[in-house]
Amino acid sequence: MRVRKNDGPVKWVLITISALFLFVMLILPLIYVIVTSFKDGVQYFVNAITDEYAKKALILTVWVTAITVICNTVFGIFAAWCLTRYSFKGKKRISALIDLPVTVSPIIVGLIYVLTYGRQSAVYPILKNLDIKIIFAVPGIVLATVFVTLPFVAREIIPVLNAKGTEEEEAAALMGASGFRIFKDITFPHIKWSLLYGIVLCAARAMGEFGAVSVISGHLRGKTNTLPLYIELLYQGYDFTGAFAVSSVLVIMAVCILILRSIFEKNLIKNKD
Amino acid sequence: MYVEMKNISKSFADCKACDDISFGIEQGKLVALLGPSGSGKTTLLRMIAGLEIQDGGDILIDGRVVNDVPGKDREIGFVFQNYALFRYMTVYDNIAYGLKIKKVPAKQIRETVMELIGLVGLSGMEKRYPAQLSGGQKQRVAFARALALKPKLLLLDEPFAAIDAKVRKELRNWLKDMISRVGITSIFVTHDQDEAVEVADDILIINEGRLEQIGRPLDIYKHPNTPFVAQFIGSSVVLDSFTGFKGFDEVKNDSKVVIRPEFVEAFKGDNPRFNKLISAAEKGTLRNIQFRGNCLEISLEVNGVILSTNRSLERRPVRIGDEMYVIVYRIYVINNEETAVHKNVLLKDINVEML
Repeated sequence: MRVRKNDGPVKWVLITISALFLFVMLILPLIYVIVTSFKDGVQYFVNAITDEYAKKALILTVWVTAITVICNTVFGIFAAWCLTRYSFKGKKRISALIDLPVTVSPIIVGLIYVLTYGRQSAVYPILKNLDIKIIFAVPGIVLATVFVTLPFVAREIIPVLNAKGTEEEEAAALMGASGFRIFKDITFPHIKWSLLYGIVLCAARAMGEFGAVSVISGHLRGKTNTLPLYIELLYQGYDFTGAFAVSSVLVIMAVCILILRSIFEKNLIKNKD
Repeated sequence: MYVEMKNISKSFADCKACDDISFGIEQGKLVALLGPSGSGKTTLLRMIAGLEIQDGGDILIDGRVVNDVPGKDREIGFVFQNYALFRYMTVYDNIAYGLKIKKVPAKQIRETVMELIGLVGLSGMEKRYPAQLSGGQKQRVAFARALALKPKLLLLDEPFAAIDAKVRKELRNWLKDMISRVGITSIFVTHDQDEAVEVADDILIINEGRLEQIGRPLDIYKHPNTPFVAQFIGSSVVLDSFTGFKGFDEVKNDSKVVIRPEFVEAFKGDNPRFNKLISAAEKGTLRNIQFRGNCLEISLEVNGVILSTNRSLERRPVRIGDEMYVIVYRIYVINNEETAVHKNVLLKDINVEML
């Protein structure tokens, strides 16, 4: 009997196309970023990334990312829990709303916040009285980043919670376990890996967010400039080498996240078996 | 009565899961809630456990109204359909979980858990995880876990559904034995009539959210109150209109007639054993033959009605289309939850037992 072979020409054509595509779209530009950033010598690279504003931008980015991840992890767990463990009116609509931030263009998100909390808004006088600055300040950047990365954690956990069912939790509840205890002992071990995976995705997206943050930050150098904004600033100032040098820092951070991601993903799959 | 349900009703969105159900369960009894899937039996069990709240009616456990008592304070043990073992905990930790929550001293936990593990015959497996256990072993763990807090009432949701047929039979006996050894009032849900009949002291038959009948298995078999029960317990033919066979009068319009395979005998005209009975028999045509493992189930068309009966494999082979004589020994006539047994009057003089 003739056995169908798995490695016909189609396989090689597809592999070649994919590899070429990845090379042109991803690897070539990445190499170019690294090469260009060292074009004017190592010293220039070091200077570019140790520049005071660059450092401030990096610190701000790390802060914004950390706050965003914490917010969206907490929100994501709550939302996923609500959507999988309770039934209530409007559940489907809430479920759809969670996905909204991914479908809306980030620049619109930025504009929405400027309009809602900016000078022309009705809440502006109240905010001003309370001495809270949102637009052209760090809180605005955090808000926009949180919005853009809202669904990442929730979307990772929801399928896991759905697949698991509620029986184990009910069993624990009948034995007298409190809500927190049930979450800690029963639910958390189960969603642990998908939660971490969601957090990593959220962090990666938060670090690189440009559009929404660009509108809302006001580009105050050393104050409201995140790394992506700072790169843009350097680039607009014809400091290509500097821009690429700082970019490479962002790229390295992204690669680290990617490595974390693949570790979590591996555990996620192992856990499913 | 240890457990009492009074006028319980419960609806989900557009479907009525329980419709004014009332019954009581005596202490120490092993009771089956039997019904087809979607009949509301699991909902009933979950309401007793406090996992669902009834829309109306009272639930009493040990004389106390527990409507507002959360499940954890109802002194119940619950075995879930798929056991719901905590998959990230060992067998030991699974059984110990409830005791740890109740802050029982560690030494006492150890004693209780080891005793339970011994009771269910899983000694040496306490360090295993649920994924490393067979279906039967999982059920044993679930059973031990449900008993860890010394409940007064044990509730089991389809305890055998997730186990393959061969082991199921063995486990039924094991569970029945265990429950009588522990001496705990137990209620289990099943859709399998054999299981209910074999294991339970009493059976409650539920259909479409209503209680059809409650009683001992043999009584239910002998005196089904409704056509549904007659059909569900033992395989029966239910006829909406009965125009009368030889030996029976016609039955009034709104009554239903139930004929069990055991009430029917089919034989060939040249069979000397049945010579005397031919006068009491109808003629029928063999329409279908099914092999049932230890006998044949044959269906015959008699007077436009399909009757079925079991035929021993030791008897002469028959073929579809064969003309046979069919005798009906007795029928159930069910009218408004009243069941009457009508016997074949033509057989009065003949000693049926000798057949």
